[in-house]
Amino acid sequence: MTTLLEMRGISKLFPGVRALDHVNLSVEAGEIHAICGENGAGKSTLMKVLSGVYPHGSYEGDIVYDGETVAMKSITESEAKGIIIIHQELALVPLLSIAENLFLGNEVAKAGVINWPLAFQKTSALLQKVGLNEAPTTIVGKLGVGKQQLIEIAKALAKDVRLLILDEPTAALQENDSQKLLDLMLELKAQGVTQIIISHKLNEIGRVADRITIIRDGSTVSTLNRADISEDRIIRDMVGRDMAHRYPERTPNPGEVLMQVKGWNVFHPDQKDRQMIRNAAFTVRKGEIVGIAGLMGAGRTELAMSLFGHSYGRNISGEIAMGGKPVDTSTVTKAVAAGLAYVTEDRKALGLILEEPILRNISLANLAGIARRGVLNQRREAQVAEDYRRAMNIRTPNVQQKVVNLSGGNQQKVVLSKWLFTDPQVLILDEPTRGIDVGAKFEIYNIMNQLANDGRGIVMISSEMPELLGMCDRIYVMNEGRIVGELSRAEASQERIMAMILNSVGKAA
Amino acid sequence: MSEKTYLSSHLREYGMIMALVAIVFFFTVIVRASIDVDFLSAQNITNLFLQNSYVIIMALGMLLVIVAGHIDLSIGSVVGFTGAVAAVLTVNLGWPVLAVIPACLIVGGLIGAAQGYWVAYWKIPSFIVTLAGMLVFRGLTLWLLNGQNIGPFPRSFQSLSTGFIPDLFGDADQALLGLERLNGTALLIVVVAACLVVWLGLRKRAQDAGFGVTPEPAAVFWIRNAIVCGALIFVGYKLAIFRGLPNVVMVLAVLTVIYAFFTEQTTSGRRIYALGGNEKAAKLSGIKTERLVFFCFVNMGVLAALAGMIVAARLNSSTPKAGAGFELDVIAAVFIGGASMTGGSGKIVGVVVGALIMGVMNNGMSILGIGIDYQQVIKGLVLLAAVIFDVYNKNK
Repeated sequence: MTTLLEMRGISKLFPGVRALDHVNLSVEAGEIHAICGENGAGKSTLMKVLSGVYPHGSYEGDIVYDGETVAMKSITESEAKGIIIIHQELALVPLLSIAENLFLGNEVAKAGVINWPLAFQKTSALLQKVGLNEAPTTIVGKLGVGKQQLIEIAKALAKDVRLLILDEPTAALQENDSQKLLDLMLELKAQGVTQIIISHKLNEIGRVADRITIIRDGSTVSTLNRADISEDRIIRDMVGRDMAHRYPERTPNPGEVLMQVKGWNVFHPDQKDRQMIRNAAFTVRKGEIVGIAGLMGAGRTELAMSLFGHSYGRNISGEIAMGGKPVDTSTVTKAVAAGLAYVTEDRKALGLILEEPILRNISLANLAGIARRGVLNQRREAQVAEDYRRAMNIRTPNVQQKVVNLSGGNQQKVVLSKWLFTDPQVLILDEPTRGIDVGAKFEIYNIMNQLANDGRGIVMISSEMPELLGMCDRIYVMNEGRIVGELSRAEASQERIMAMILNSVGKAA
Repeated sequence: MSEKTYLSSHLREYGMIMALVAIVFFFTVIVRASIDVDFLSAQNITNLFLQNSYVIIMALGMLLVIVAGHIDLSIGSVVGFTGAVAAVLTVNLGWPVLAVIPACLIVGGLIGAAQGYWVAYWKIPSFIVTLAGMLVFRGLTLWLLNGQNIGPFPRSFQSLSTGFIPDLFGDADQALLGLERLNGTALLIVVVAACLVVWLGLRKRAQDAGFGVTPEPAAVFWIRNAIVCGALIFVGYKLAIFRGLPNVVMVLAVLTVIYAFFTEQTTSGRRIYALGGNEKAAKLSGIKTERLVFFCFVNMGVLAALAGMIVAARLNSSTPKAGAGFELDVIAAVFIGGASMTGGSGKIVGVVVGALIMGVMNNGMSILGIGIDYQQVIKGLVLLAAVIFDVYNKNK
């Protein structure tokens, strides 16, 4: 095998921060090379150096590509060499068709006039290559995230890719879409496309990667061969310490029933006749962590958001009782007053005001708690934020920092702080560890355990089954808008959860 | 943190004040050199406030609308319409002034409510709703006035704009200071105001230190306060030796303080910023976003009505053209004052300074006899430069 890419001693300075410190990376032609590291370790920065986002001269070190030292000044130059990066946030235009997206900026045209028949023909060929059965004229925005991800790859193939970089390609995908994507990666490898994948999901890395380079705090820690890859080793190198237990120990001590939901029905907000939640019922006890498992689209988020202030859906019916008394949660204010809190799965879009400082985000859901007769006490606000910064270990120089500058894990801690300040009895955590690194995940788990030990009830929605199995005392399984089963900690296993989901398919209520 | 790094990280705030000072200085020199007139004469300073009060008053409300992520294009027409209502009520129907003022404010509030309803509860883009409002209320102004001017207003109504705070000390102070004319009340008010500014600043400084915020370096704090207070007392003195504090200036000052307090110290004010910053997140935090947007438009309508009466009182008649194009001056002042185009940020003090910059330029260029053609070009370029400066600063 020959070496396709060698990055030697790459260092990149941002004002006040050394993001990369003599990183070495060597990628063989035709392999799938994984890059692992905590958030903020420097993975994305390294890829931006490679793809010309940070032009030659703004970093130190050498890049040797295909046997020669290269100095790329822009993305256009790197793409001309066949280096193509697919970013975590997809860069498709939702209102344009697949064909228009595939050749955007690279149109099949002569003298500015587009040759549509040829473009459609090429599009069909590319779609076939990535295994997507859609018409070239389909509007991209109408497709799911999984299919959009495949279109991104088709777009890369349209540009004669030699080195494909995928930055957390499966972060937003559900299980079977992820599997499809990984299969496609292996197929592309068979066709000779070298690939670099950045991922937090260790099982995926184990499945596709030939080698893996681990980066910590802007430096290369190790490069492992396939034979040496083990989850424990990867985690140890990533966080710099052993993590014998990925889930902190807790002795569950469930008390009386805190929250009881009965006969909960919700219809789609736009399509009147489409029922999204059917007759859902569940209970949460004091000091209990209850999981809700299910595939993407099972209705977990819809259930949670409809419970919390009817924030999703219409024609909502059913009963909620808190501590045995029926409560009205038809607006967010009422739900909060009833002792409910919902931590969203999409913290950037729904959970935070990114351009505002930490302290203002923390106080937002309970401004009354820092005000008297409508007048804010900003000293108290700062005090509250400072207390949560310490309790949650939010890593920031001070609470005046804008939230947008924090890493994913620390942003999640800010959202948690915001809801804890409303002093809820029951917290619904929707994908609380999505997109955050291993170390921060562990901290979030510890916080959850602490909250349960304090006597609060926790509902944890997660797409990562090991996480549910590791954290929850009981697990409800949802599919197609119904709760199709309940498993105790002792009964629960990935196989049983999947079996429940599969056995329930198509059985209308 | 050294003074220099602190200043460069807060360039926008200080830049605004410096720009205002520089522009005033520029006109003082140029006006003196070219036509040998004192730009900072008592009379001109009085004029400056009388001419621009309406922009500042409406800019206060426009800031809230823009912070909430919306825009109101109708205010120029609302100014015309409420002025017309005031004229019809006082001149044609003979209502007493004390009834006309609240009636007009209510009309303004209703207009704001009518527009805010569609924006807040039906999610119709505010640009469209208020563009429609701009046409509708200009039309209604013409209809109400029958295409003609109505005037003159009784003396008491005119005093809204052209009246002055009476001197409580009589002539005693003039004798004391050996001046021919001096309004002691005016001077007292600005001195008290200057002291308040320093006191509040010191209090905030102490508070910030408690929050762990990097405080403004002492030197910067005192220089900034010296400039602000010096300007306050200078302007106050000039007004005092002319005719005293215009009523409009008092209204302006009181409103500025109220709105600054509202935006920075109250839960409702805070919620408007949250709503502009991320409406969905605000909503999921239990904030009644629709109600707040509705309030912002009602508030804007009331302030436009107040401005409408002040404009009518100043012209001493209501004309079908009154207020035409005001919305652009007001919106420009808000953006020059540093508000974000996407909502969620902007400060009352910034907006007032922004409006003053526009006002000083209007006034200075008029004195110099620069044609309306060039004036528009220059104002347009200043607006563009201010926003480019913002964006450049943010990307740096």
